[in-house]
Amino acid sequence: MSYAAGVDVGSTQTKAVVVDEDGRIAGRSLIDTGANVVTAAEKAFLLAVQDAHIGEETVGYVVGTGYGRYKVTFGDTQITEISCHARGAVHMFPQTRTVLDMGGQDTKAIRVAPSGEVIDFCMNDKCAAGTGRFLQAAAVALEIPLADLGPIALRAEKAVPISTTCTVFAESEVLSWLGKGKKIEDILLGVHRSMGTRSMALLRRVGVEAQVAFTGGVTKNLGMVHVMNEMLGMQVNVGEEAHFMGALGAALFARDRIKSSREPIALKEGAI
Amino acid sequence: MMTDKTDGKEIIGRGAAEGARLFREWFAELTTAAERGEHTAYVFVMGSIAEILCSFDIHLVFPEITSLQTAVRRVAHEYLNAAEDYGYSPDICGYVKAEVGVQLKNGEHPMGKIPRPTFGVLTNACNTYLKWGEIWERMYQARTFALDVPGSRSLGGQTWQGDPDFENDRKYVEFQLRELITLCEEITGKKFDVDRLRETMRYTNAMSVAYKRLLAVNMARPAVFNAMSEGTIYLGVANALRGTAAGAKYFEDLVEEMEYKAANKIGTLTQEKYRLIFVGVPCYPIFRRFTELFSEWGGAFTGSTYLEFASGGLNTGFQYDLNRPLESLAEGVLVSVRHAMDAMFFQNQWLVDSLDAFHVDGIVYHPIKSCRTVSTGLADNRRAVMAARDIATLFIESDMMDKRVVTEAPMKNRIDAFFEGLATRKLKAA
Repeated sequence: MSYAAGVDVGSTQTKAVVVDEDGRIAGRSLIDTGANVVTAAEKAFLLAVQDAHIGEETVGYVVGTGYGRYKVTFGDTQITEISCHARGAVHMFPQTRTVLDMGGQDTKAIRVAPSGEVIDFCMNDKCAAGTGRFLQAAAVALEIPLADLGPIALRAEKAVPISTTCTVFAESEVLSWLGKGKKIEDILLGVHRSMGTRSMALLRRVGVEAQVAFTGGVTKNLGMVHVMNEMLGMQVNVGEEAHFMGALGAALFARDRIKSSREPIALKEGAI
Repeated sequence: MMTDKTDGKEIIGRGAAEGARLFREWFAELTTAAERGEHTAYVFVMGSIAEILCSFDIHLVFPEITSLQTAVRRVAHEYLNAAEDYGYSPDICGYVKAEVGVQLKNGEHPMGKIPRPTFGVLTNACNTYLKWGEIWERMYQARTFALDVPGSRSLGGQTWQGDPDFENDRKYVEFQLRELITLCEEITGKKFDVDRLRETMRYTNAMSVAYKRLLAVNMARPAVFNAMSEGTIYLGVANALRGTAAGAKYFEDLVEEMEYKAANKIGTLTQEKYRLIFVGVPCYPIFRRFTELFSEWGGAFTGSTYLEFASGGLNTGFQYDLNRPLESLAEGVLVSVRHAMDAMFFQNQWLVDSLDAFHVDGIVYHPIKSCRTVSTGLADNRRAVMAARDIATLFIESDMMDKRVVTEAPMKNRIDAFFEGLATRKLKAA
């Protein structure tokens, strides 16, 4: 049995996934990226291999993805996380036509063909508004652990409007609402809705088509999932692997490369 | 005309080298003009009226070119900061601010010294042109001549030669051109010489024939020049040397070079994998890198809307009738400005028509923060093109001047994803 791996080096966290020849997840890992990107990629890969209970030498191909993809020095090639998230989402939810990926520093809306091919995509430009950083800023301002934001927001009765799109100014706005005596849960729901509005703008630009897969680290926040369901008017697909979707897609591309290496050369040309 | 120089060594690369030389000389002449205090007209690429101005030996400064050169030379921020320190908002057109910065620095520019305007010649092709003229009026009490070029900005609303409305508009433009001649006589103290005008128009005619042919030669596979990077050099010469013998010779030689390359299948890239069209204005603050982000994937730009709307109508191949110079010049101004308008606002049909002719794999839209005129509506344009044809498109936003809004990593990410999609398409089509 040979295996393939994908390593997604994100701005905040690094994820690695090992898949077997049938595309089943054999092992995975998740660590903070930190300052040394090369080390983070290596460490995440080794932890995923360990999680799969396999030898490192049985991994036949490694694809690096994410902003640090070129720092996956032991990788065989690099593919953008846009292609990888689309690939992973369609693999997990075959009816996926739209992918919303919310990461630490960027949010992507991706429209995909039934084959998993990216038809169109759109990302936040210029700043980190509407990304995981926005939630981090709110968590810092309110002195609440990041993991608690979603559950607290779900207790809200009336969302406070957060009008700024700037992550830095959002912190000031949150504090100003606190000063006016607004409840923390209402402020937090406002923060989530503000992010949802930014995401909806990206989604509309590529065109929303059911089913929608929600991927990336922010999917762990149930408040955000709730807001996206509400704004889209449909249930988004969020799997257990949502946080690992980029790494999974990369691993699936790696598996393709192993397979295609056994096929005639003409078929390989042009393949990403 | 094809050359008999068979090894091509004297031909290939001549356009780039000559273009750079002519440009340096042009800036050197401006430096001399600044030192001598000679008459200088500030003009714009959409309706420069170079033919009349050159016939009076008036130097031309193109503020758009002055500004973009600061970005290409990686010093735009110094000029933008100077203008912002002076009070201009970060949201104002980057070309305007960099040029204001040049004035605030007393004409100091990386290519030499830019003379002050004796007067400005503007058209209403861009609203910012008119506001720009006001700045020179306030700074230097420089007169501005605003040429009102009538036209429609609605889809299919333009009239062309043979239409009575066009003839009325042409007369209106001709009347204004006569006023410009009077102004030039007043400023220079020289008498208008219609034969000098005919001479400049003859050179423009030659440039126009060659320029149109140049754009068409890039239908060749592989593409013989990169319409975004190399094309910008050609565009600079087309504007700066319009109506001159040097300009005419340059483009005739350039066509010869490109036809030689096409005949011998010598591409701008050693390995062309994808053929692209560029929509908008390039990202000058990282111009070389911006080009590489595409060429590293084997992406060659076969065409660009920039080479259409900023060419002063040379793209149309329009030929002046030298037997009725002023009438014909007015006609040419109308045609060129109207084509420029259509090339900015109703590009979708041109784009769709170009897909097959140029064997295009994808279209790259590059809206920029600094210029609403060329950027507003690109999203809608893209949607229209994608509805008409199954074509891959990329939409990336940055700026033509301001590196504060240009971040290479996210830009590369989007461009890489675009090429990954193109690769998948090619694989499926195979």
